[in-house]
Amino acid sequence: MRGGGIFYAGAVAILIAGYAAAASGINDYYFYAAYIVLQYVVIATAWNILGGYAGYVNFGSAGFYAVGAYTAAILYQLVKPPLVVMILGGGIAAGVIGLAAGYLTLRVKGVYFAIATLALAVVLETIVANWDYVGGTRGTYVLRPHHAFGFVNYPRALFFAMLVLAIGSVVLARVIERSKLGRGLAAIRDDEQAAESSGVPTLRLKLFAATLSGALMGVAGAPFPYYVSHLEPGSAFSLAIAVNAIAMPMIGGATSWVGPVIGALLLGGAQQIATVTISSILNLLIVGLLLIGFVIFAPDGLVGLFRKLRR
Amino acid sequence: MLDLLANAIVTGLLLGGFYAAVTIGLSIAFGFLDIVNIAHPGFVLLGAFAAWVLNATWGIDPILAGLMLTPLFFAGGAAIFRVYHVSFERRGAAGLRGLAFFFGVLFLTEVALILLFGADYRAVNLPYLETMIGLGPVAVPLRLLLPFAVSLVMFAALQLAFDRTFLGRAIKAVAQDPVALRLMAADPVRIKEIAFGIGIATASVAGALLVTIAPVDPSMGRDYIGRVFAIAVLGGLGSLTGTLLAAIALGVAESVTSTLYGPSWSPAVAFGALLIALVLRPSGLLGR
Repeated sequence: MRGGGIFYAGAVAILIAGYAAAASGINDYYFYAAYIVLQYVVIATAWNILGGYAGYVNFGSAGFYAVGAYTAAILYQLVKPPLVVMILGGGIAAGVIGLAAGYLTLRVKGVYFAIATLALAVVLETIVANWDYVGGTRGTYVLRPHHAFGFVNYPRALFFAMLVLAIGSVVLARVIERSKLGRGLAAIRDDEQAAESSGVPTLRLKLFAATLSGALMGVAGAPFPYYVSHLEPGSAFSLAIAVNAIAMPMIGGATSWVGPVIGALLLGGAQQIATVTISSILNLLIVGLLLIGFVIFAPDGLVGLFRKLRR
Repeated sequence: MLDLLANAIVTGLLLGGFYAAVTIGLSIAFGFLDIVNIAHPGFVLLGAFAAWVLNATWGIDPILAGLMLTPLFFAGGAAIFRVYHVSFERRGAAGLRGLAFFFGVLFLTEVALILLFGADYRAVNLPYLETMIGLGPVAVPLRLLLPFAVSLVMFAALQLAFDRTFLGRAIKAVAQDPVALRLMAADPVRIKEIAFGIGIATASVAGALLVTIAPVDPSMGRDYIGRVFAIAVLGGLGSLTGTLLAAIALGVAESVTSTLYGPSWSPAVAFGALLIALVLRPSGLLGR
């Protein structure tokens, strides 16, 4: 496989560079900001496995993310397990919801899955807001552990954990994209009936993609309680996640693993810089306008624009 | 207890009539034109805030304000259809990108409303709305009865227009057989543009009814998404009578649930109805 060596060498190099940075004396602020950007790499990549590869739109990303975050918070209240267990638990819970939503709606036309995910996020938020065990609308407190895996403080450890998750999900997406599974998903996106009649097990592939995509979103949300210390429905089900999950892959380019990464780094980075100068809601307005602008004028995203220029 | 239940059912009936007004624009776009306009609740919220502004500034009755604004909403809807048609429909990319487009529009309406009005609740204060009207064993406020009546009138008018006029019949036919429509010397794109405009124009009236019934805040649009799609799908796409019946059924189910288990669970009813609609829908059962 051409370019595979370079890709994996790059992934390892980024991991080492990230570790070195976290161990160095760089200001803590950068790790807080980088954590959010990396979290968006995971979310955008997760969205793209179903949305970009198979063409099924998930509008409820914030719901899956919040399921991961709240599962972690519940595990914390029950047994205070290690971070790895919280991440796994969040991923499994969100994956199960992805599978259930997919099982109920993926058999009919794609738009119904999209509509169901939109409504799903609203219902999950209703349940969490009414659930006293996790603090209802007031939210719940989660105290960070004292040991920080050898780093100076816990936010640096969280940054490194998110870096590992981001690289892991990009590697996973790239492997899927180049496998038989990825070609099956692409066939579904291009012409589902043709794919079905040439023997692609469309329903099974769609369910697999929906489960994996949901699980990765849950994984992205699981460390969030430690990041914020105080988890409440407003921040877990945030508008920013709902729109960024779609905007980042669409702006980057939804057909390959590169697109969501570029979209997340550019858009996420720009938002982190912009929050210093403009209000967060104005920030979201710009993301919404960019999303509309790109789907109209550059349907294949930045990757598509780049390819057109090179030709 | 029986009185309480009777009250819940009557309230639900009235609420359901109002839900029909919120949904009819979506039924036109989704059912007749095959356009999945998930932004429709956003336009309803825009209508609600526009009616609130006219009421707060000049003291115009909100429902009158909603009617006054219909031409503006019609023009806005027609313009949005033009963009949608040129960018997605004509390129054959209505699926993923069209959905993302309408999601962006929905998102923008909410963010724009937050920027303009803040996240606070806005309400119209009209003393006459608190008048109670006796209906058998129960008494209902005019605040609910008036929107119900306006919604029914709007429904009847649209139903009549779709059944009796050439334009109305053309709208019903446009998604099924655009070629035949062309042979009748009607331009399918123009017909769709008008129909989509009418759909958005109903959002202006529905928004005015919404702000008449209860205070509004910018994030309410999201609560209505599950509801309107549940109604549109359950009612059977392309049938306005079905939409009305499904809306009333959902209104009653929500109202009874909220009386028995508490109001915070009513969004779950809409979601349950949506799931049932998606699972039981004919194309879902037959089309694997």
